[in-house]
Amino acid sequence: MTSQIKVKENLIHSLFFFCSVLSIFIMLGIVVVIVTESIGFFREIPVWEFITDTQWTPLFTEKHFGILPLLNGTLLVAFGSALVSIPTGSLIAIYLSEYASPRVRGVIKPVLEVLAGIPTVVYGYFALTFITPVILKHVFTDVTTFNAASASIVVGIMTLPMVASVSEDALSSVPQSLREGAYALGARKIHVVIGIVYRAALSGVFASYILALSRAIGETMAVTIAAGATPRLTLNFLESIQTMTAYIVQVSLGDTPFGTIEYKTIFAVALVLFIITLSMNILSNLISSRYRRMYQ
Amino acid sequence: MTSTSIPVLHKVLDKAFSPICILATFVGIVMLGMLLYSTIVNGLPWFDWQFLTSYPSRIPERAGILPALVGSIWLLILTALIAIPIGVGTAIYMEEYAPKNVITRILQINIYNLAGVPSIVYGILGLALFVRWMTLGRCLLAGALTLSLVILPIVIIASQEAIRAVPNSLREASYALGATKWQTIRYVVLPASLSGILTSVILALSRAIGEAAPLIMIGALTFVPFLPSSIFDPFTALPIQIFNWVSRPQEEFWGLAAAGILVLLALLLTMNSIAVYIRYKKRIRW
Repeated sequence: MTSQIKVKENLIHSLFFFCSVLSIFIMLGIVVVIVTESIGFFREIPVWEFITDTQWTPLFTEKHFGILPLLNGTLLVAFGSALVSIPTGSLIAIYLSEYASPRVRGVIKPVLEVLAGIPTVVYGYFALTFITPVILKHVFTDVTTFNAASASIVVGIMTLPMVASVSEDALSSVPQSLREGAYALGARKIHVVIGIVYRAALSGVFASYILALSRAIGETMAVTIAAGATPRLTLNFLESIQTMTAYIVQVSLGDTPFGTIEYKTIFAVALVLFIITLSMNILSNLISSRYRRMYQ
Repeated sequence: MTSTSIPVLHKVLDKAFSPICILATFVGIVMLGMLLYSTIVNGLPWFDWQFLTSYPSRIPERAGILPALVGSIWLLILTALIAIPIGVGTAIYMEEYAPKNVITRILQINIYNLAGVPSIVYGILGLALFVRWMTLGRCLLAGALTLSLVILPIVIIASQEAIRAVPNSLREASYALGATKWQTIRYVVLPASLSGILTSVILALSRAIGEAAPLIMIGALTFVPFLPSSIFDPFTALPIQIFNWVSRPQEEFWGLAAAGILVLLALLLTMNSIAVYIRYKKRIRW
């Protein structure tokens, strides 16, 4: 090999290495920005007050800085969306993996891809102008214009494709021999599907549930549009609430000056959001990589 | 329950389970149908040439989507220029160069974790890094850089899968002919994985086009009565304009929002059709 080629080869190698190191710097950047700004916030507001105060009113004259109402709103929507996405997503995954013919699969998979590809503002519009006035108002007469239920439903639809496709991968990678063994013992299809395949794939399926929950927790536009801007401690899906993400959007749309304590709240809220979603993603990756090793 | 009724119950369940699954599948299809139906019904009356070529206005009848459409196309091109080289470069490194060691594992785990970071958090990073630290201001370039952060992990992971699908025998054949590593990547691996990479890049870009939260964080404007003429100009984008119209209390603006959604969905549909076309026409079967 001539030295000229060697230099070129090494240069290209370093260039690609530099690209991939960039992703480490992105992660570090996120941590540095959120943590340093949050430290500024926690210098003025004690951590204890932040996690125990039951009111969140940084933009009012009488200020309270308790994250609980926002956390409540976020978890309420995440839980509500899971009620939609987990059962439907799992059933779709089971159907695709165990029942559907290739032709049917060829119809359903693109539909799921389209559902996954629709921007979240569009889901927000759908929740506000259709789910609430056309569906929810007829079932629950006391539902308000902005409510957690409509947001939960659309976030559920949004995360459904993720549950379905990740679960389907887990179900399809269960070895055929397990199914055949069960059939040989005289099991019915339902016993094979639920008792053997689903149970064998459980950790992989579980990873998809965590992923969907984490996505729901980080979801922003749909909940901002549909769930409202009233931080409160409630378990009532028919009321207006506010999630952590919706609060961050509210502040950055307003004219809160940079550097004030009101502005710094978004970094403290983002810190909580980041910690929750990151730990859920790590958990989900751990579970699914352990699962992948199991059948390889 | 008597002992004879249990097998009967199981038999019924066995027969009923497949229809239940099909019903669940229909939930997805019906929801998609209702979403499209309500958007078309509300949006079509507002959707005309005047809407496509006008600037935003307080009066719904005069309002249009032009600056948002132009802004989104600018963002699309800039984000592609930034995210594709870095993303594909990372994927090439991870699949072709990276040794099997702890550092590589950390890089890979980090990429998976980045993929799960909510887009609004990238918006916060973009605000601190591009808008304030690099003092770019609330311009198109800052927006495109922020969107690149959002889609970078998606581009990397999908490109890695495409590169991994190239059989090793092709690489070995190339080495056997005396090709260097880069020559093998350039003339064998990349051409063989190109359709997969292109498909995933287009899908990632269509994700970027629909993102509103990171752009709101970096302070994209919601009322822009002009067209950006350079990458340092302020801008708006389709999802932001739609959000602006949806969040107004007057319901006339909902019609405008629906018409805006039609424009956005048409753009996404075009991009996805290109991706589907590439996936089916240029697919190489090994």
